[in-house]
Amino acid sequence: MGEIDTNRRGVAATRLLPMSSLERADVARLAALARIDMTDEDLDRLSGQLAAIVDSVAKVAEVAGQDVPATSHPIPMSNVHRADEVRPSLAQDAALSGAPEAEDGRFRVPQILGEEA
Amino acid sequence: MKALTYEQAMEQFDPVFGIEVHVELNTATKMFCGCANEFGAEPNTQVCPVCLGLPGAMPVTNEKAVESAIRLGLSLGCEIRESSRFARKNYFYPDLAKDYQISQYDEPTCFEGSLDVVLDDGEVFTVGIERAHMEEDAGKNTHKGGTGGIQGADYSLVDYNRGGVPLVEIVTKPITGAGARTAEVARAYVATIRDIVKALDISDGRMEQGSVRADVNLSLRPKAAAGEDQDAVPFGKRSETKNVNSLRAIERAIHHEASRQAGLLLAGKPVVQETRHWHEDTGSTTPGRSKEEAEDYRYFPEPDLLPVEPSREWVEELRGTLPEHPAKMRARLKEEWGFSDTDMRDAVNADALSLIADTVAAGAAPQSARKWWMGELARTANDREVALAELPVTPADVAELQGLVDAGTINDKLARQALEGVLAGEGSPREVVESRGLEVVSDDSALEAAVDEALAAQPDVLAKIQDGKVQAAGAIVGAVMKATRGQADAGRVREIILQRAGVEG
Amino acid sequence: MTDWTRASAAQMAAAMKAGEVTSVELTQAHLDRIAAVDADVHAFLHVDAEGALATAREVDEARAAGEELPALAGVPIAVKDILVTQGMPTTAGSRILEGWEPPYDATVTRKIREARMPILGKTNMDEFAMGSSTEHSGYGPTRNPWDLDRIPGGSGGGSAASLAAWEAPLAIGSDTGGSIRQPASVTGTVGVKPTYGGVSRYGAIALASSLDQLGPCARTVEDAAYLHEVMGGHDPMDATSLDEPVPSCVDAARQGREEDLAGVRIGVIKELSGEGYQAGVEQRFEESLELLKARGAEVVEVSCPSFEYALAAYYLILPSEASSNLAKFDSVRFGLRVEKATVEKTMGATRAEGFGDEVKRRIILGTYALSAGYYDAYYGSAQKVRTLIQRDFAAAFEQADVLVSPTTPTTPFKLGERLDDPLAMYLNDVATIPANLAGIPGMSLPSGTAPEDGLPTGFQILAPAHEDARMYRIGAALEKALAEQWGGHLTAQAPELEVAK
Ligand SMILES: [Mg+2]
Ligand SMILES: [Zn+2]
Repeated sequence: MGEIDTNRRGVAATRLLPMSSLERADVARLAALARIDMTDEDLDRLSGQLAAIVDSVAKVAEVAGQDVPATSHPIPMSNVHRADEVRPSLAQDAALSGAPEAEDGRFRVPQILGEEA
Repeated sequence: MKALTYEQAMEQFDPVFGIEVHVELNTATKMFCGCANEFGAEPNTQVCPVCLGLPGAMPVTNEKAVESAIRLGLSLGCEIRESSRFARKNYFYPDLAKDYQISQYDEPTCFEGSLDVVLDDGEVFTVGIERAHMEEDAGKNTHKGGTGGIQGADYSLVDYNRGGVPLVEIVTKPITGAGARTAEVARAYVATIRDIVKALDISDGRMEQGSVRADVNLSLRPKAAAGEDQDAVPFGKRSETKNVNSLRAIERAIHHEASRQAGLLLAGKPVVQETRHWHEDTGSTTPGRSKEEAEDYRYFPEPDLLPVEPSREWVEELRGTLPEHPAKMRARLKEEWGFSDTDMRDAVNADALSLIADTVAAGAAPQSARKWWMGELARTANDREVALAELPVTPADVAELQGLVDAGTINDKLARQALEGVLAGEGSPREVVESRGLEVVSDDSALEAAVDEALAAQPDVLAKIQDGKVQAAGAIVGAVMKATRGQADAGRVREIILQRAGVEG
Repeated sequence: MTDWTRASAAQMAAAMKAGEVTSVELTQAHLDRIAAVDADVHAFLHVDAEGALATAREVDEARAAGEELPALAGVPIAVKDILVTQGMPTTAGSRILEGWEPPYDATVTRKIREARMPILGKTNMDEFAMGSSTEHSGYGPTRNPWDLDRIPGGSGGGSAASLAAWEAPLAIGSDTGGSIRQPASVTGTVGVKPTYGGVSRYGAIALASSLDQLGPCARTVEDAAYLHEVMGGHDPMDATSLDEPVPSCVDAARQGREEDLAGVRIGVIKELSGEGYQAGVEQRFEESLELLKARGAEVVEVSCPSFEYALAAYYLILPSEASSNLAKFDSVRFGLRVEKATVEKTMGATRAEGFGDEVKRRIILGTYALSAGYYDAYYGSAQKVRTLIQRDFAAAFEQADVLVSPTTPTTPFKLGERLDDPLAMYLNDVATIPANLAGIPGMSLPSGTAPEDGLPTGFQILAPAHEDARMYRIGAALEKALAEQWGGHLTAQAPELEVAK
């Protein structure tokens, strides 16, 4: 159902173990996913460095076994909530103050082609 | 490729479907900031550094939204996870201020539930719920130039007022076994979710405003041969139809998709696994953006937020606040009110159930309450193109109006005039009756004068009555009613006529 | 006439109280110093003379009217450009935010204003705090006042250099993997990363949310303690903010100066020495240990075997979180826009032009580490290493009250030396990163200068989470012992900068 693919993480470890370093094409694909245009020269310059970094950080997979829990927050805390009380919002002109382009109280952007509404 | 009817498609294939419903919560503030959660404000006036995604801003979870999500989860029979987390769903889109949506991923707050859905003929179908999780809504794009749609637009404008509004997304498990009743089950499921969120008072449940939105996915698989297990047949490729936002559209979208997919399959063509858009005007779907590869959302735990760990005590306390399941409530009311199946279904479809219930609670008889809401008021709402609940009349008004009729103060015709006055904002029924002078004329001397006048004007009729043709009195009654502008009690007028004519009734 | 720029913040506060100097005089003296040396040092991206003097005047008037004032009222401060400041540009060192004026204040900015401290301006930093040399700033590097050809550390090189160049007595820093402590170490100043959550992150432009922590930069331990108490405390706008009282840093520093260290156990982390550590750095570190022993402390050796994996885990967690945090720089609501035909192309072109190489490298790396099929092996494993590092710390703190190491393996290197070798650059942070992964507090203070190059060396003190005060006690004790040897603070030994006319 939907976007949830619960298999994703299970597959990951096995698929990765031969930990090959990052290829130029991978960098191009990742740059597109991260919305950073890259020229051929950019790819030439960054791919080698990135491959070296990936190779050096890959060793994290060696040490942490199944039995080790992951830590995502350094200080364990939970249930930090906010009361449902309205706070003042920004004025419209303050909200739009940094906009590269605005129109009719809204942020203006170039056409959104071929995407979902 | 031959287009099939839905019925033909269902004869040849076994449908499997699933529904994702997004429910907009009616909290006072947004999911992660203190901006007002209100519909219809000037653009970008309900925004702050948090929901505008300004550098440096940080989210803090709205406790009421967590409470609403848990109550909804409990109503769907879900387990409440002891420790659940928010996650970031990363993708670039101009209406998504931070370019990631805070949602929940592998640790949703509510999971593993089931919901009984009652179909029109009373059959109960159980829908498995995979999860119900919290997330934030996106802003709104308006497209300029071209035809106003996204395709061919020159540019777009973004309003972030809706960005960060709290949502609960309810995801079903794959639903099998509904066969030809698939469209009906889907519709009833969404209607039930809508009724539940309204009964919980966690959302206004208005599909026409987008407070409840559905995505419907459907696939077809071959029917199992006789004696073989249908569940052993693997699922086909599914389409996911986005933003199907009315109960009627859900049925239509399923009809369309089933017919379309069946046509493809029979022609030996593959069904493409894809997102499709629903078009209300043509009743059809078209493919969404073509993706060379599936979007990679790179989910990971939201590092700015901490786990949600509701105590068992709190969960049980919330369980104690749950209202009666709408299907159970409906069965009980039908019994109590003595409504027919048709009466009940019409009232449900017109969204009149709680209005009728409140009118009954205010003292009216159930049939009278039904008569007003499903008659005069339903017509008015239809003319004005608003929901019944939006009319400027309360159940207490309707009960008061009926009370005046029952007491003989006004008759049905006058009551309709009084209601007109109430709808025009002239006050309560009693006030309108008074200010418009609508009371039935019960002063006999005034009626006697009017009768005498009418008899004098039509001596031939008087003669007929005196001759024993009592039914001729109708003409005089009519004349008197006209003279009193309908405010006379017709029965009493008749009695007076007969008295005056010297004929005792 | 006294050169007030050479005084400590505590001395300035006392002198204003005693009526020996006004805040306007102090503020003007620092603005003059900035005008004289910052063309060479380039510690500041933006100087707000008018705003700083306006605050100073208000403080002077309030003091004259007999108003009760906060401890540091009237003491000027420099603010790292990572903190959003309403009415002042905020760029986080990136061209993508050039000219952006935020419509709101960070919580720490608000606290500085409430403490009535004149804000001199915004200090330079590696772009989005990614770096250890401030060479990755979109606006050109900051130079180390000890040697203008050398790096001032990073990412908070601007804040640290402003202190070492006597341009400001106090500064705000942010420390994701050492960005307060490493610059402090290489500029001979003091820098503290508080316990994670001890200072609100609201309004600090996020690099890696689970590692970032704002903290004080100063020339003395006592000054850092005062600023720590101004910055710290619970903030309902930051869900990860600790809901507990601000640690008593000033009292702890006083205790460290006045009392001996009898009964205090100091653990030397075995893994943070040896290969890769410059001889002079290790020599000064050993001498500092001797001074602590002389004051009554017991020194023991502890082992943290998982530290071997800390750098790798850090360079997966940071880029992952950063790749998501930096997505919002998309040309829609603020900042740079390179207009193209479609919004998607505009985003791609804007981010290509607005981000520097180091930012691009880390975004790509983070995008990779989080992507389908790689999450478990990279991001997931790194979060497990984090658990192992926490366990190492927990075991070590069973044996010692505080843990110590050199802050950086070497004295500052030359500008440009490691610019094209990211891995060599990353090694700078090997000693500071474990504290960020575990959320514990850390301090760096000067331990002297290396005999071989005459450049500053740093001494790092780490304490258990929530025990920030403990570092101030030990740090103040060491600082006092060293000052007795040197006859003053280390910064006074720095060569005088040439003053522009
Ligand atoms: Mg969703
Ligand atoms: Zn907001």
